[in-house]
Amino acid sequence: MASEVIGKPKNRVDGRKKVTGQARYAAEFSVPDLTYGVVVNSAIARGTIKSIDASEALKLEGVLQVFTHENRTKLAYYDKSYQDMDAPPGSPFRPLYNNQVQFNMQPIALVVAETYELALYAAALVKVEYEQAPHETKFAAQRPYAYEPEEYKSTPPPEPWGSPEEALKNAAHTITEEYAHPSQHHNPIEMHASTVHWEGDGRITVYDKIQGALNSQKYVMGIFGLKEEEVRVLSPFVGGAFGSGLRPQYQLFMAVMAALELKRSVRVVLTRPQMFSFGHRPKTVQRLSLGASADGKLQAVIHEAYAETSRFEDYSEDVIIWPGVLYNCDNVKLSHKLVGLDVYTPLDMRAPGGTTGIFALECAIDELSYKVGMDPMEFRLKNYAEKDQIEDKPFSSKELRECYRQGAEKFGWKNRKQAPRSMREGHQLIGWGVANGAWEATQKPASAKAVLALNGQLTVSSATGDIGTGTYTIMSQIAAESLGLALDKVEFKLGDSSLPKAPLEGGSWTASSVGSAVKKVCNKLGEKLLELAQEIEGSPFKNVKIEEVVFEGGRMHLKNNSSTAIALTEILSRNKTESLQAEADSEPSDEQENYSRYSHSAVFVEVKVDEDLGTVKVTRVVSAIAGGRILNPKTARSQILGGIVWGIGMAMEEYSVMDNQYGRFMNHDLAEYHVPVNADVHDVEVIFVEEKDEIVNPIGAKGLGEIGIVSVAPAIANAIYHATGKRVRDLPITLDKLV
Amino acid sequence: MRPFTYTRAKDVAAAVTDIRANSEARFIAGGTNLLDLMKIDVMKPRHLVDITRLALDTIEETDEGGLRLGALVTNADTAYHEQVEKRYPLLSHAILAGATAQLRNKATDAGNLLQRTRCYYFYDTDTACNKREPGTGCSAISGYNRNHAILGHSEHCIATHPSDMAVGLAALDARILVTGPQGERMLPISDLHRLPGNTPEKDTNLGENEIITAIELPPQGFAQHFTYLKNRDRASYAFALVSVAAGLEIEGGVIREARIALGGVAHKPWRRPEAEAMLRGKKASRENFQPVADAYVQGAKGFEHNTFKIELARRSIVRALMTAAKIEE
Ligand SMILES: Cc1cc2nc3c(=O)[nH]c(=O)nc-3n(C[C@H](O)[C@H](O)[C@H](O)COP(=O)(O)OP(=O)(O)OC[C@H]3O[C@@H](n4cnc5c(N)ncnc54)[C@H](O)[C@@H]3O)c2cc1C
Ligand code: SF4
Repeated sequence: MASEVIGKPKNRVDGRKKVTGQARYAAEFSVPDLTYGVVVNSAIARGTIKSIDASEALKLEGVLQVFTHENRTKLAYYDKSYQDMDAPPGSPFRPLYNNQVQFNMQPIALVVAETYELALYAAALVKVEYEQAPHETKFAAQRPYAYEPEEYKSTPPPEPWGSPEEALKNAAHTITEEYAHPSQHHNPIEMHASTVHWEGDGRITVYDKIQGALNSQKYVMGIFGLKEEEVRVLSPFVGGAFGSGLRPQYQLFMAVMAALELKRSVRVVLTRPQMFSFGHRPKTVQRLSLGASADGKLQAVIHEAYAETSRFEDYSEDVIIWPGVLYNCDNVKLSHKLVGLDVYTPLDMRAPGGTTGIFALECAIDELSYKVGMDPMEFRLKNYAEKDQIEDKPFSSKELRECYRQGAEKFGWKNRKQAPRSMREGHQLIGWGVANGAWEATQKPASAKAVLALNGQLTVSSATGDIGTGTYTIMSQIAAESLGLALDKVEFKLGDSSLPKAPLEGGSWTASSVGSAVKKVCNKLGEKLLELAQEIEGSPFKNVKIEEVVFEGGRMHLKNNSSTAIALTEILSRNKTESLQAEADSEPSDEQENYSRYSHSAVFVEVKVDEDLGTVKVTRVVSAIAGGRILNPKTARSQILGGIVWGIGMAMEEYSVMDNQYGRFMNHDLAEYHVPVNADVHDVEVIFVEEKDEIVNPIGAKGLGEIGIVSVAPAIANAIYHATGKRVRDLPITLDKLV
Repeated sequence: MRPFTYTRAKDVAAAVTDIRANSEARFIAGGTNLLDLMKIDVMKPRHLVDITRLALDTIEETDEGGLRLGALVTNADTAYHEQVEKRYPLLSHAILAGATAQLRNKATDAGNLLQRTRCYYFYDTDTACNKREPGTGCSAISGYNRNHAILGHSEHCIATHPSDMAVGLAALDARILVTGPQGERMLPISDLHRLPGNTPEKDTNLGENEIITAIELPPQGFAQHFTYLKNRDRASYAFALVSVAAGLEIEGGVIREARIALGGVAHKPWRRPEAEAMLRGKKASRENFQPVADAYVQGAKGFEHNTFKIELARRSIVRALMTAAKIEE
């Protein structure tokens, strides 16, 4: 592709809509005759609902119904019907199914009223009596009962290779430590919401907060026995999701059920506290034993993960593959066990498993580098993975060395003093830390449709989502580039279950998967345009092959003679055609299977730690990324910046407080669940190193949604160690752990 | 939120009459705390008296040479007031260490003093809390208590008072002007808030129908030697784990007067005048500050998650005094 629009720092095509309030989110669609639902959540973590007394609520004028397990709609029976596209193995939670309480804050009733305020008031009047059963939410107490699930949602742990125990015993330098991080909850600014428009005749249109309209559609069809044409799901804008919108959440169930029962339009919006009543990043404890030779060659890795899951689904994520992806070692043993608790099933959160596993691995590697007495970056380079040992395949491309080179140079790493506590400024201890990471670059099957109108406007569509990452923009860029149009001549449509199929927007695969489909459909349209042009009388394009033409500036011309040209609009008008359309399905190539495909990062961090008070300031971050082709440096940089900010939160702030007396997460608001604020973020730099990859997908882009976060928390933890000589192995690193 | 009735008072007398005439009534000023608590059903007033139109929104000189802050002056206007910045910078710093710019624009000075604790259990009606519902028990003692008190707590409640401004005012020996059905009275800030004892539902010693009309600052502002040090879990928009307001009057290297108030450690801003007195006539130095810090936390008792506050308080006091005294190490 010649680069007119791709690779350029274009503004978001939807930016104007967003900042002027024209972009509508699930809770903002006004539909006629709307009613409002408020969810009542359980006060206990386990037990039976003895009774729900809604009489006081129902007495209020304007309260339409209080739905509970006793008066709900007839629902599907089999687990399969409740399994959405992102469901882990097990029995999905069924809202209002019966009187059993399986986790604290479980949704147990929905109050529907003519106004939101009334529904909220009525919800406070609903009285619930429980028969409480003992719950278990203490991770440590359940860890001895950790189990290997029958089926992993993640990569199953591979068989060990070499003789890890023996190699560890014989290694000149070893470390064995445990690393922990707490449960963390999703807190996008947009709370989960569904507005269900009752269209009559059992048909509904649903505006949902979801990372894939098709998933909500499938879920609703499965549970309520609706046909495809009876449910249309729209989610044109999503106010942040990061995985929280991969699975349909319970407000969708509630709103749809109420709409079908009442034959009215219904909106249900979760409150901020209710954002703590469903999926979260699971608390995970990892035990790492590493061994190295006297000269710093990694000789043994034993990596065991223990991760929280619910009692009803076996959620697992890729926590333990990273030693095999990031380092080469002859003796490796990996295991991943689940700890069942009376909580809701954990849920993907930005780089699920990667942030978790890479944090532990990169801290452990750092510890070992000090034991060996090597510079932490040199130690990593010495053990650089030339191939992926998990899949036993070469990388399709890997410019991590270049990340190190450019990152270290920008950061000034060569001026680092190796000993901990060797750099200071008054009360401030200064530390420099590094970590590296990787994230999968996958391509999934996807479809797209393209329509060129007589006025030259190209509309391309696919049922993907844009959770703020810039999908609208980069897809428009790919389409514009493919057909040589100006960016403002292209409109991209997404977030609609009636559009051509696309995978969930997650896993950093949207740019590659949907992008490939968009490229393919535009190329197909190009071919059709050529055919059409050939039908024009006296066409100079007769006998010309598609390889011999170029699309540029709204025209098609001969590659070797740009004056033989025709405007695309003219091709249509001369043929008296109103519009021309094409559809295409794209699939990953077979060749991809021969390679392991990852993006990589190296992150350098400077911290200043108050020696007496333990307060930490992350003064500098340099993140160098090898992410294949960068489609739009501006949206790309934003993704990495967001990852850095979140990484700061993960390292130092985020923590869902579980009270084991109640089995309930307690800091359920944004005043007490801390995420970084502006004042926490200082100097931040992003470098994209050049990386060519013709295997990973036809676009050559690896996806940037997740690579930006994975190495940040360990780099901070490593910098804090370098500053203070104190190794904090459980996140978040709050000041009390440093005092 | 539950239904409530609402009136807007036109003067202080009307406000007091109105609050008295209605059962379960509350004043509403900026609303940044009260409304939040109403939305989550923690506070359930049946009547609100809006006091935002009362003429209590000015800052004036007092006869004794101090300043009088009207109850309804916003936190932002107070912190950035020329005279406050110049003569009571400690107060400006304390206010600006709290909340966010948006909140401070809305929050009033009296509302700030009367904001309620940030104990997680107080905020969640599905848990037991003596402050919210007397007699139900204190979940924090046996639960998560990282943010809780190390001093002055009782077996019924271990909550802290969250205001930063109050800590600054405590160090300044401010006075609170109050009007009630019995007329006006003035109380020292040290008597405004109380320890929980066995009535943790009461945060303050104000009568039910009393309104705060002003806060008076005495002339001594410690403008030369002061600091407000706030330790918290992020650099902004977080409540204090331990904060220290320190003011020193130093003449020729000798301390004539010292004030130290701690926040985040008790149900009220924590003063120990007898420990402050240890500094009078002494040289400003680390050696002299350390025993005072020790005395401040004497008798402190932590719980499962907050014992770190004891050492943190000690170190913070020394650091704050060193900063106030402008001693570099
Ligand atoms: C997310 C968040 C973070 C915050 N962080 C901080 C922080 O770090 N530090 C900090 O100090 N504060 C912090 N605050 C609290 C904020 O400062 C208070 O909410 C604010 O000062 C309250 O003032 P207001 O005028 O809005 O009070 P309101 O909410 O109107 O009233 C609070 C209480 O005072 C009573 N009241 C108000 N005025 C009078 C009067 N004149 N006489 C008698 N009774 C009266 C009301 O009846 C009510 O009970 C934070 C608040 C939020 C929401
Ligand atoms: S510390 Fe006080 S406010 Fe917190 S739960 Fe106990 S009684 Fe309630």
